[in-house]
Amino acid sequence: MSTPVLSVEGMTVQFPTRRGILTAVDDVSFSIKAGEVLGVVGESGAGKSMTGSAIIGLIEPPGRISSGQVFLHGERIDTLPAEKMRRVRGRKIGMIFQDPLTSLNPLYTVAEQLVETIRTHLPLSAADARKRAIGLLDDVGIPDASRRIDDYPHQFSGGMRQRVVIALALCADPDLVIADEPTTALDVSVQAQIIDVMKKLCAEKGAAIMLITHDMGVIAEIADRVAVMYAGRLAEIGPVRKVISDAAHPYTKGLMGSIPSLLSDAERLTQIPGSMPRLTAIPQGCPFNPRCSYAFDRCYIERPDPLPHDERRVACWLYDKEEALS
Amino acid sequence: MSTPLLEVKNLSVSFDVSRPWLNRKLEGQDKVLLKAVNDVSFSINKGETFAIVGESGSGKSTIARLIVGLLKPSSGDVFFEGKSLSAGLEGAEARKLRRRFQMIFQDPFASLNPRWHVADIVAEPLRVFKTETGKQRREKVGELLSLVGLSPEDGAKFPHQFSGGQRQRIAIARALAANPDFIVCDEPTSALDVSVQAQILNLMKDLQDKLGLTYLFISHDLSVVRHMADRIGVLYLGRMAEIADAKSLFVDRQHPYTRMLLDAVPDLGMTGKPRKPVEGEIPSPLDPPSGCVFNPRCPLANARCRTERPELRLYGPTWAACHAVEEGRDKAA
Amino acid sequence: MSASAPPGRRPMGLFSRIIDSDIFYSFRTSPVAVVAASIALILILAAVFAPWIAPYNPFDPRTLNLMDGYTAPMETSFAGNYFLLGADHQGRDVFSTILYGSRVSLLVGLSATLFAMTLGVSLGLIAGYRGGFTDAIIMRICDIQLTFPAILIALLIFGVARGLIPPSQQESTALYVLILAIGLSNWAQFARTVRGATMVERQKDYVAAARIMGVHPLFILVRHILPNVTGPVLVIATIGLALAIIEEATLSFLGVGVPPTQPSLGTLIRIGQQFLFSGEWWILFFPALTLVLLALSVNLLGDWLRDALNPRLRK
Repeated sequence: MSTPVLSVEGMTVQFPTRRGILTAVDDVSFSIKAGEVLGVVGESGAGKSMTGSAIIGLIEPPGRISSGQVFLHGERIDTLPAEKMRRVRGRKIGMIFQDPLTSLNPLYTVAEQLVETIRTHLPLSAADARKRAIGLLDDVGIPDASRRIDDYPHQFSGGMRQRVVIALALCADPDLVIADEPTTALDVSVQAQIIDVMKKLCAEKGAAIMLITHDMGVIAEIADRVAVMYAGRLAEIGPVRKVISDAAHPYTKGLMGSIPSLLSDAERLTQIPGSMPRLTAIPQGCPFNPRCSYAFDRCYIERPDPLPHDERRVACWLYDKEEALS
Repeated sequence: MSTPLLEVKNLSVSFDVSRPWLNRKLEGQDKVLLKAVNDVSFSINKGETFAIVGESGSGKSTIARLIVGLLKPSSGDVFFEGKSLSAGLEGAEARKLRRRFQMIFQDPFASLNPRWHVADIVAEPLRVFKTETGKQRREKVGELLSLVGLSPEDGAKFPHQFSGGQRQRIAIARALAANPDFIVCDEPTSALDVSVQAQILNLMKDLQDKLGLTYLFISHDLSVVRHMADRIGVLYLGRMAEIADAKSLFVDRQHPYTRMLLDAVPDLGMTGKPRKPVEGEIPSPLDPPSGCVFNPRCPLANARCRTERPELRLYGPTWAACHAVEEGRDKAA
Repeated sequence: MSASAPPGRRPMGLFSRIIDSDIFYSFRTSPVAVVAASIALILILAAVFAPWIAPYNPFDPRTLNLMDGYTAPMETSFAGNYFLLGADHQGRDVFSTILYGSRVSLLVGLSATLFAMTLGVSLGLIAGYRGGFTDAIIMRICDIQLTFPAILIALLIFGVARGLIPPSQQESTALYVLILAIGLSNWAQFARTVRGATMVERQKDYVAAARIMGVHPLFILVRHILPNVTGPVLVIATIGLALAIIEEATLSFLGVGVPPTQPSLGTLIRIGQQFLFSGEWWILFFPALTLVLLALSVNLLGDWLRDALNPRLRK
């Protein structure tokens, strides 16, 4: 268990446009171990979904990974040719998207889709594949799986459909599951069910999960570690309890304070002034400096790289040892 | 506080969701009616925030649209300061009333006309109600934009030049232009990021204090509702399950559905502690269960719940529609 | 590392806004669009300024000399006149007749398209906004009309109008009747597209906001919804212009279009085809080439516009 399942090193994703090159993901590094859940949070435009798409090689041209490396089990995958990458995606990486309807073909029954995916990646007979598919549907909590497997996607409710997508993602026993906002389209009462299923299955199968979401509540419940993204960069990454109860980066602090809680009686929420810069106008130095109440000279000139701070890394000059000394 | 500012009485609306006439006749089907809102009553006092929470399909947005007159109720009525709005928004009396209520929408990308300058968008109520003219109007637009935290120069721009949060500020400025008393807020922050949501919620609270506004706040997010509301109505499948003071609802919830909703909310304080997953999903409103609509998912349901529809009754400070609460079965469990 | 964007964009004038816009960028980077636009522009300008450009006035009988008849292109006739694109059987300069002819063609095409657009957009807006019964009636008329070729409908309307107008006034009203006929045969495309777009816009919350305020439906239609459906209308209008020009040419070729005193490109082609097999190819060829260039360039412009305005294809 020495090599992590996924390791991303200094990944940068750029989009050339006529107004210049946009950097959607900027020098992001992290890794996920087997059986671990890494939550990736950030607001819209922070680059979290782009990070996910870059890892699985699904960035729309002209966007591309302009520098950095992505390793799956120590094997470099960002340079693989499209055809090979497609096989890796199905076999070793499972994907769950926000809208279950985009992952399911409305013209085929769930059985057809599951069996086909299983047989593409595993050497099983049609009957064995079907047996495996029923087992998977059972695992994700679809009642009466052996009968419902022959239904079409539209015959399932939203929550059930998302369960089918999870089953589809787990078809080939992937090592890594990338879930992009898997619960966002669902009602609160159904969200909890889906999170339960994901958590249980990944623990059983020992898959690593990269969970991309804007919902801190979901992260708090399921993730082991959390990476907070801001303007395409990692602001803070570390154990989820640490980050939530004792945020280090000023952005994370503001983010946590701005979430209304069922428990607190605060009259006003903490708010971060302003909004995230557009990709066309990211300020020099730390991208958070215009909104940061702690910003000092250095923040406007020099860009902070994630610096070690207890068990985590924080991209903020406040945590620079040398700064503390001076 | 003798008459409430807004009173909703036995409001119901059905939508005809049947196939076109010819298909229906050919295939021998009957008309299909969807009861989106079913016998809902509540009242809102001046200066308070009344929230309606519910999941998708509960009919909460439909109630908002009924109140502002975008939809006509099938039965029941809405009273604004004791005057009925059921005639729709056509009469001269209703025309005068219309100035006094406004609406803020969920999607700030769809609620502002993309081809209009921001100043024209904000000035639209002023133009419609002819409250100011020419130069005065321009000044007022500048004031409104400053009031919501934008700059008066922003009036010359187009909506697409703003972020989601800024657009919602523009929508709020427009809603405030004609000095309304009552604003219906339909999920005003659910399309926004959390840090921006905090800005907008704070702004709305500040404006309420400053201008003495009354809000009907519609949301699916209990934490947001907890932060904003004075009183809360919990809606399930078009019916009110519970109406309570914000404080009592979170401390002493009565209806099993409310309890379930609260347990399902992820909370940062509960890190590591799993939330209780709820059994089942919301049934189709086309074919609601008989008796109490919540009975298929309710842990306390018995034979009576499956046949007899519970009425809203007062339990302490809280109105709840539940046989189990009435019979005291919830305490026993 | 971050993007190189112009810092703090200042509000710009209309001209620089157009130059800076995505549409103009897409235009600049599309060779087809630039070439098509140039050709169309040259042809249109030539038509507009025909009286100043044309070396001869082909419709002034005094200047005509039968001795010039059948002069080949780039040759000097027996009467000593030079003809760039040759002369026809009556000794009219083909180049000049083309200039004057495209003038008529463009006038009819533009007016007819404008008429079809006004009618179609209005009906589409009403159908989309009102829905229900009104919508059903308008759209069924649309459907019926779309099942017939436009040229057939134009012929029908033309025939009916001919029957209603007294013969003495037929000559003077022919152009208007033609515009009416072509316009009426083309409005359905506009109505259908605008109705769809209107139904989408009507559901949006900015319309709801206006309705809550009690804004008059007509104002909502014209000031709120109309500006948001102009994109597709522009595309159809451009492609419709090309179709209308061809339709006019077809009608004139069939001899039911413009009066012979005001020949359009279609009329010229009709005249020219009589001489094709006797060797005087230029009388047919050059008007036909002009028609093809005009219709093709306008059509290509419409195609480009459709792609440029399609947000899904926009990068």
